[in-house]
This record gives sequence, structure tokens and C-alpha cells, in this order.
Amino acid sequence: MSTVASLSSPQRAFPIGAPILELNSISLRFGGVKALTDISFNVLEHEVRAIIGPNGAGKSSMLNVINGVYVPQEGSIAFRGERLTGVGMTPTRAAHLGIARTFQNIALYRGMSVLDNIMAGRNLRMHASFLEVALQLPRARREESEHREKAEEIIEFLEIEHIRKTPVKRLPYGLQKRVELGRALAAEPKILLLDEPMAGMNIEEKQDMCRFILDVNDHYGTTVVLIEHDMGVVMDLSDRVVVLDYGKKIGDGPPDEVRANPDVINAYLGVAH
Amino acid sequence: MVVEEPEPDTFPKLLLRHSKLRGGRPALREKSRGIWRTMTWRDLADEVAALAGALSAQGLQRGAHVALVGDNRPRLYAAMCAAQWLGAVAVPLYQDAVADEMVSSMQKAEITHVFAENQEQVDKLLELLPRCPTIRCIVYDEDRGMRHYKQPQLVSYDTLLQQGREFAGSKREFLQAEAERGTGQDVAFLFFTSGTTGPAKGVVLTHASLIDRARVAAASEGLKDTDVAMAYLPPGWIGQNLFSYVQPMVVGYCVCCPESSETMLADMREMGPTYFLAPPRVLEALLAQVSMRMEDAGGINRALYERCMALARRVGARILSGETVPLGDRLAYAVGELLIYGPLRDVLGMSKVRVAYTAGDAVDRDLLMFFRALGVNLKQLYGSTETGFFVAMQRDGQVKPDTVGPAAQGVELKFTPQQEILVRSPGLFKEYHRDPETTSRARNAEGWFHTGDAGYMDDDGHLRIIDRLANVGALNDGTLHAPKVLENKLKFLPYIKEAVVFGDGRDTVCVFVDIDGTAVGRWADRQNISYTGHADLASRDEVYALIADGIAEVNTGLALEPALAKSQIHRFVILPKELDADDGVLTRTGKLRRSVIAERYRLLVDGMYDGRASVRLDDATEVKVGEAKAAAPARRAA
Repeated sequence: MSTVASLSSPQRAFPIGAPILELNSISLRFGGVKALTDISFNVLEHEVRAIIGPNGAGKSSMLNVINGVYVPQEGSIAFRGERLTGVGMTPTRAAHLGIARTFQNIALYRGMSVLDNIMAGRNLRMHASFLEVALQLPRARREESEHREKAEEIIEFLEIEHIRKTPVKRLPYGLQKRVELGRALAAEPKILLLDEPMAGMNIEEKQDMCRFILDVNDHYGTTVVLIEHDMGVVMDLSDRVVVLDYGKKIGDGPPDEVRANPDVINAYLGVAH
Repeated sequence: MVVEEPEPDTFPKLLLRHSKLRGGRPALREKSRGIWRTMTWRDLADEVAALAGALSAQGLQRGAHVALVGDNRPRLYAAMCAAQWLGAVAVPLYQDAVADEMVSSMQKAEITHVFAENQEQVDKLLELLPRCPTIRCIVYDEDRGMRHYKQPQLVSYDTLLQQGREFAGSKREFLQAEAERGTGQDVAFLFFTSGTTGPAKGVVLTHASLIDRARVAAASEGLKDTDVAMAYLPPGWIGQNLFSYVQPMVVGYCVCCPESSETMLADMREMGPTYFLAPPRVLEALLAQVSMRMEDAGGINRALYERCMALARRVGARILSGETVPLGDRLAYAVGELLIYGPLRDVLGMSKVRVAYTAGDAVDRDLLMFFRALGVNLKQLYGSTETGFFVAMQRDGQVKPDTVGPAAQGVELKFTPQQEILVRSPGLFKEYHRDPETTSRARNAEGWFHTGDAGYMDDDGHLRIIDRLANVGALNDGTLHAPKVLENKLKFLPYIKEAVVFGDGRDTVCVFVDIDGTAVGRWADRQNISYTGHADLASRDEVYALIADGIAEVNTGLALEPALAKSQIHRFVILPKELDADDGVLTRTGKLRRSVIAERYRLLVDGMYDGRASVRLDDATEVKVGEAKAAAPARRAA
């Protein structure tokens, strides 16, 4: 456990804590295809955890298991040490537990403005009834302005003030990604799942996104689980890395350790036979 | 009964009076998190007093220099006033200057305390800290990302304010006395000139000189405390400072700080300023945006716009000046007002503008007249840092676009045989900071300041500026050559962002063109021309043809003016890279540094005059030279 201890440097406002999420012997099959085989790892509170691996390694499947889109045939998930019983994880349950996510192919309301998209992320925190909102009763109005305040805080945080009222479909790709991050943040998540947040970005957009991810982790203490292809980015960003290949875990540890792992090198660079 | 109080002679005293007279009125507004947040004069006075108390505890001495590095933020303006409260000198710097550029200013002024807007600025300051040992304290406003900084010099604005508020009660008498101690003869500001011709000089200005100029301008425009202005230009520029600090302090009007430079236009529309300052490059950018959007508009809209603008150019400015115009035109203009001018002014955020000034650089007459034709009361203002900014200004009802108007009240003007403008005015600077030699060279014993600008008085007593004296030269055939005039005509074309004209000591006039990447890019899209980036776009034959057409148009105009007919442009190159202040070819206010440009692109200049068809700049770049069509000089009708 010495590696973990060294991560919780005194510099962090939110020192890395106990496991918030534990995945035990997860196996997922689609018919005869084994997407994930017997995978176990944990995510510590306040850390940035990366899942990497070549194409088709099962990274997105893993993320989908975490937030309940896929139900694994075997294995279990524990949240803050408590095993999720019954149906296990479902997307709704994940949302209520404070797990928010972004998608590999942007999933925003394209016709709506940036502000409205971010407000949509506050959905679970709105309590006024349909009637109250429709009639603009005091509670609904108070609630609206509270949520707007929070949305504006996120807009400022992500430096997207200038596009606040712009419909999302008119924005360039890099900004859409940022808006999607904003919507996930609007839910004030405990855990943020990011599916390839930097895919298809140019170097400048990548740098911006890296900074935002680190700022989110630093400022709000949000635990981040991210999938990324770009090894350089992963190494700079994450506290610990899980490496998957063909649905199996082949490495787990701090970036430097993983980089030196021969299995990981083989999986990424191929091996001479 | 009204007791006559002496007119306050320093900014802190002015602030205290506003707090008493109009404490509940807005002094500063800032858009933050989507909402305009107001600071009243009373709030501002309280905050400034608390801050002054805390600064004195931080060891700020009378006469010390306090630098301000950041965008227009209410807190930076409060800090300026707090420094002056204690008799210190405010030194606003250009916030986008890189660390190395800041070092010399910091060293010259021996800055002891710095107010920085955010982490970005703090990083720069920490970088130059070893070279500026006089800096004792860096105060930062936004604390985002600042948690990991442990340097002993750093303190957050909030902490400082908190400290100040805590002992504001016990220090009331001390603070009162400190404010009283200040006099108009104290130094208020140290501005660094933008450095068009050489290294930046520190210009020292007193409370009295700035307040005097602000009073004159306020009286001539009838400014009231209900006026609203925007603070969106670098606070390091005296023009912005006058409009967002000095004048509001004198008049008591409200200043609005936009959320960011990107949201400026939308924010301006929301606040509807009544009093507006824009340097020509901002006006050029606005016009370029209008033209660009009109070119994308549908046929009917475009035809309507063009017809209305043709009418506006003919009669709009005259209606604005209150001249008599035939009834038919007046009616047609009223229809245009409903359909085009009003809505367009609204989009530009200028629907409430009562007085707008353009200053800081020479403005093209067509550009000025475009806005006047729309019904915006845009006028020219002439002045510089050393002269307290208000030297000459156009008056309502007598705007002659080629002049900058008559001298402002209190200003005396005279001209040397070389046509250099000399100014004597109560607004003149005290000295160049720690540089008596340069000071005595710039201002003679009788108090006349050499502006370095060439100009003359026309028959109506309006001042006409030719150019910087250093730029005025002659072609080999003796024709007077003032590059600025030609450059402004070129910049009026929507596709040209910047132009650098050569001709002094040459046979012909040639020009560097810096294309407007966005406008030309859109044009290329419409023409189905594919390109990879700015450099590629700038080297396209089609773009060369486009610019050549534009220059031919300018040449036709030049041919009509006898004084300029020989200055027609013969050859041009399109620069492969945009001119940028970060490369040192522009000043931070966006003015050309001619000597630097001529030196850096010497190969290109030689190529233009050698008659070569292209010049190899380096291994990767080959720059073409375009030929412009000259127009035959106009023959006067017999």
C-alpha cells in the first residue's frame, strides 16, 4: 500500500481516501463474446483513475458496468464498502449515488443552449412539482434561481461564458465536449466517469481539457474515472491506471509502474515473435 | 442651506464626496456568473477605505508605486483608489504583456505592491520577482488555482479586505487624515507609453492635471451621473483609464465591466452605454463584422441594407449634425431608421450612445462617417498620455471628418516650422519618471510640449493631424508622404486588417497587407477555395487578386485627390503571418512599430522595390509580390 500512501501528498485539498468504488471479479458476456473477464479493481475517493487499453479492450464496457448500463453476469460492485444488492447497479441508481458521466460520442440536447444543457444536469436536484413550475410558484422560482446560480458557477469554471446562450449544435467539437463535462458537473457528482474526454481534439483543446479535469478534481474533490487513448495524457493526469487488453486486466498501478510493465508494453507496441 | 465645499482635488476626496452625495447610485457594475452585480458609490468608498487601511498595514508608503495587472475589474479600480488614498502612485500595466516586457516597467517604477487579477498574472509576477527585488507584496483577486502557492509575498484580495474591515473602525481617524493629506499636486498615476517609436517611457501625471482635463471634457459634453460607460480596453492605456476611472470620479457616472473580452459585444448591448470610447481598430473590427454578416445575408436584406446605407452616407451625418436636409430625404431616412439604422445600432450596442469618441490613433474618414451616418454621434478626440488626453475634440454640430476639431478649453496650440504640434495645457504631465533629460527635451522652459505629431490648423480653427512627425517623409519626386492616411484607406476595406505603407525616399509607394483571416476565410468559403490555414490563404492567387482589386479601388480614390494622386500604390505583398504584439511588431495598443517591421521583413521590402515576382523568406515560405493597378489622375473639368 506504500504506493497509495505516496499519492496522498499534503498538497491536495482533498487527500486520497478510502475506496469509494470496488469492482470484484466482473465478467461480462454478449452471447458468446467475452467482453470482460474476471476484472477487479477499486477506485479511491478523490483520485483520478484511468482505464486504458487498445481498441476493443473493453474500456467502454467497463464504464458501462460502473454506471449500470450493462449488468455483468458475474461479479459485484461495492459503493463506499457496501455491496450493491438486488439488481446491482442501474443507471438511475448510479445517478442517485452521485455517479455522472460523459459519452464518447457527445450526447447533448443539440437544439438547446449551453445553459439549458447544463441546467438539465441538475434534473435530479429539482424538487418542485410540475404544477409549481408551470404556475411559477415561489418555490419553483427560488429553486430555478438557485440552480441557475450553480449552473453559472460551472460556466465560469469551464470558461464558457461567451457561448452561454448559443445552441450546442453550432459549437465546435472541443467546446461541445466541454459543455458535456459541464452538464455532468452540474449534478455535483461524487464520481465522474469520462469516456474518452479528449478523443478527436487538437493539442490545444486537449491541454485545456486536461486542465479542467485536474481543476475539477482539485477544486471540488470529485473522484474521476476516465478512459483515454493518449498515453501521454493519461500519464500526466492520473494517480493510478488500470490497463485492459482483450477484456482482461493486465496492469494496475501508478503511471510509472504501469509504463514499465512488460505486458502493457506488449499490448500497446506488439511483441516480436 | 447649501454650504460651499472646496472642489475635491484628489480622487479619494472625489470618491468620498460621491459617497455622500449619491451613495446609492451605481459606481461600478460587473457581470459575473451571468448577472450584473452593482457596487454603489457608498460600497466603493467603504471598500476603498478598508483596503487603504490594510495596505498601510502592509507597509505602503506615500509616494510608493503600486502596479495593477489585470483586466477591467471593479476590484482593480478600488485598489487604484486605495493606493492613491495613502498618497501612493497607481501604475496600471498592460495585462497581456509577457513577463519580460513587464520587468523594465516594474524596475523603473520600483514597484512595491502589485494587484494581480488572477493566477495567470501571478505566474508572470513570480517569474519576474527575482529581477524586481522591490516587490514586497502581491495581491491577487481571483483565488482559483491559487491554493498551491505558498510564496510569502502573496495575499488574496479577500484576506486583505477582511483585515481592512476589521480595523477600519479603529483606524477611521488615521484614514480620514490620510485622505485629507493628499493634494492636487500629488502624483496620481504613472502610465507607460505604448512605445511606438522606442522603449516605453513612464509618464507621471498629477491628480490636478487629470481632474482638470476630465472636468473640461465633462462640461463640454454635459456628462451627468446617469451616464453609463463600458470598461473594456486595457486599463494600462490612459484613454480607458480616463473613461473608466478619472471621469466617473469627477462626474459620478457608472462604469460597466464586461464578463470577458469575448462577451463584450453582448454585455454592451445589455448595458446600453451612453458614453463610449473606441480606438479606430475596434471600430474597424465592428464594421468588418457588419460587412461580413451582410455578405452572408439574403438578397433582399442585402439590397435593402445597401440602399439604406447609400442614403445614410448621403444625408445621415448631416441630419445628425442638425443641418437642413430636403424633406424627401428626411422621410426616407426615417424609414431607414426603422428598418436598418435603429436595429443595427442596437446590435452594435450603441442604441443609447449619446457621445462616442474615437481616439488613440488616426481614424479613416469613411470609417468615422459610417458610424455617423448610422446616427451614432461618434467624434474624434486628439491627445496623448503626456497631454492628459483631452487636447482637441470635435464638437456637436461641427464635425469635420478630416480634422480632430478645435482645441479643448484651456489648451494652447502652436506649430514648429516642421509642422510639429506643440501643446500647452493644465493637463500636461509632470515629468517622465526619473528622466529629467528626456523631460526637458520633450517640454521646453515655457511649458510647451512637443507631441511628435505633425499637423496644422485649418481655416476654421480645427486641428488637422498629418501623421507622426517621424513617419512623415517624401517620395523621391518630392511628394509629401504620410503613410497613415494611405493605411487607413486600405484598412477600411473589409478584407484588410492591417497595412504598412512604404515610400519615404523611394520612387513609388508599396505596401504590406495583413489580411483579415476571418473575413477572407469566409470569402474563400463562398468561392469554394480550400485552404489549410492563414499562411496558405495569404499566398493564394485568388486572394492576391481580391486584394489587388481592393487596392485598385483605393488608387481610384487617391487619383481624385491632387495631393495624394502620386501616392498610388504600385506593388504589395500579403504577409504570411498576422502582425502580433507578441512578436514585437505591434504595441500593446495595436499600433505599428514601423522600424521593427521594416527590419524584420527587409527581404520583402527589397523584393517589392526590386521588381521581383516573389521573395523567398525562409526554406518553407515563398511570398509573392502583387501588382496593383494604378488609376489615371483625375482631370479637372474645365
